[in-house]
Amino acid sequence: MSARYEIRFSGSGGQGMILAGIIMAEAAAIYGDKNAVQSQSYGPESRGGASKAEVIISSQPIDYPKATSIDCMLAMTQEACNKYHSDIKPGGILLVDSEEVKTLPQGDFRLISFPIIGTAREELGKTIVANIVSLGMITELTGIVSHEAVEKAVLARVPAAFMELNKKAVNIGFACAKALK
Amino acid sequence: MAEKRKKLLQGNEACVEGALYAGCMFYAGYPITPSTEIAEGLSVRLPQRGGKFIQMEDEIASIAAAIGGSMTGLKSLTATSGPGFSLKQEGLGYACIAEIPLVIVNVMRGGPSTGYPTGPSQSDIMQAKWGTHGDHPAIAVTPAYVQEILSETVRAFNLSEKYRTPVIVLYDEILGHMREPITIPDAGELPVVDRAKPTCPPEEYFPYDEKYEVPPLAPFGTGYRYHVTGLNHKKDGFPTNDSKQIRENNMRIMNKIENHKDEIWKNEEKFLDDAKIAVVTIGSTARSANFAVRVAREQGIKAGLLRPLTVWPFPDKAVKELSKRVRAIIVPELNLGQMVLEVERCAGGACAVEGIHRVDGEPINPAQILEVIKKYA
Repeated sequence: MSARYEIRFSGSGGQGMILAGIIMAEAAAIYGDKNAVQSQSYGPESRGGASKAEVIISSQPIDYPKATSIDCMLAMTQEACNKYHSDIKPGGILLVDSEEVKTLPQGDFRLISFPIIGTAREELGKTIVANIVSLGMITELTGIVSHEAVEKAVLARVPAAFMELNKKAVNIGFACAKALK
Repeated sequence: MAEKRKKLLQGNEACVEGALYAGCMFYAGYPITPSTEIAEGLSVRLPQRGGKFIQMEDEIASIAAAIGGSMTGLKSLTATSGPGFSLKQEGLGYACIAEIPLVIVNVMRGGPSTGYPTGPSQSDIMQAKWGTHGDHPAIAVTPAYVQEILSETVRAFNLSEKYRTPVIVLYDEILGHMREPITIPDAGELPVVDRAKPTCPPEEYFPYDEKYEVPPLAPFGTGYRYHVTGLNHKKDGFPTNDSKQIRENNMRIMNKIENHKDEIWKNEEKFLDDAKIAVVTIGSTARSANFAVRVAREQGIKAGLLRPLTVWPFPDKAVKELSKRVRAIIVPELNLGQMVLEVERCAGGACAVEGIHRVDGEPINPAQILEVIKKYA
């Protein structure tokens, strides 16, 4: 792997983008054998507004905690997509939710538009786990951390009553992305 | 075992761990972004160990309560951000003159006033030294990594207990909110200092006895009765109008820090041995600088980093010495020029000094620093 692998999760406040970032960082640094740093940026609102979480993964110590040249970005809203996609590096990946992001940006990256929220709604009956579905998809698309590490990290972060739901969600994410490969 | 204790923690969560490790038993505060997670964490953890947590009506009351908590013998903490730090200046000065150990965390955000609550800033560097009126001692520690927020919070408590003075832990929103894997140290791994208590009987006790550089502090409620005031005072704590006593009082609280700067200073140096260009910076900006210096070295440029972990008292000696052997010192900081003034003062024209400043709520990135390094290469 290159010195820094950068992932940006973006959407609207309340969609669980920061949680997805935390879980990805834990999968890499606690349940995996890499270094990871997670940072975030959000507005003063607790719901709404563009929000992003960034995860830097490396086999080396990480100094600068913010993304500068993004390997993979997720956008769960049009606003976040517009605001944050310009830092994707040439040949990187942009995964967007197809219901939310209608105007697709052009650029030198692989664009994947997929009904992430729709999948959470139809397959699991709960759109609240769309962030976990997306986490599964990004894991599969990037191959930067193992399925096992991500699943462990997800289960360690969710309340006992929602373990099954989240386990299903992350596995649906793996499968959906595998079909796209 | 060590692997088992590795956790992904937020900077503010690491501050909580540091406070608990140091033996903090009292927290009084008023929540404010981006420091709130410290209050949140301690509200859960302090009662679990028999400590006390109180949310006061505002920041002034919070620091006053923390001073009171400390006077009963409990290690006390209050945490805030810029707007709250402004309010706490009154209590900070009181703790300086009354010589009350206390730790104040300021997680810096954009200002002035309520400014930019969720954005990073380093614009309270001067406030940490000069925010409260009158000549007074100031100690401020400046961690740059989540693990270091834990250890520097412990060091802040230690310094505050040792020198009977308030100590400020100064870091920014990026560090407060970012998560990194850290290891919680075992008991005994880091030193923990407790304040000196009197060994004499209560009737012979003077809280400001000038025969000591740092007089022992008796906890209230243990039979030692004494007076505490924000007025210049005599050794028994009662106010004085005697010019000799006023001078002695003022000089002792300054000198107890001034005479021990060598023990309070702490710097990290990287690639400085043969450096021709040095970057001097703190906190999250030092992380960008570290990145930039590494890239510069890869390109054959002799750049190095001096990172103060104690910004107050300012590391005069290290910067002065550095200025005599480099071509230029670059000072990136998330403000419009504060630390750069101290560096200029220390350099005294011995080398070029150039600041990099940013106040748009975004961090100074490694590329910005590298560009200026190249200018002097």
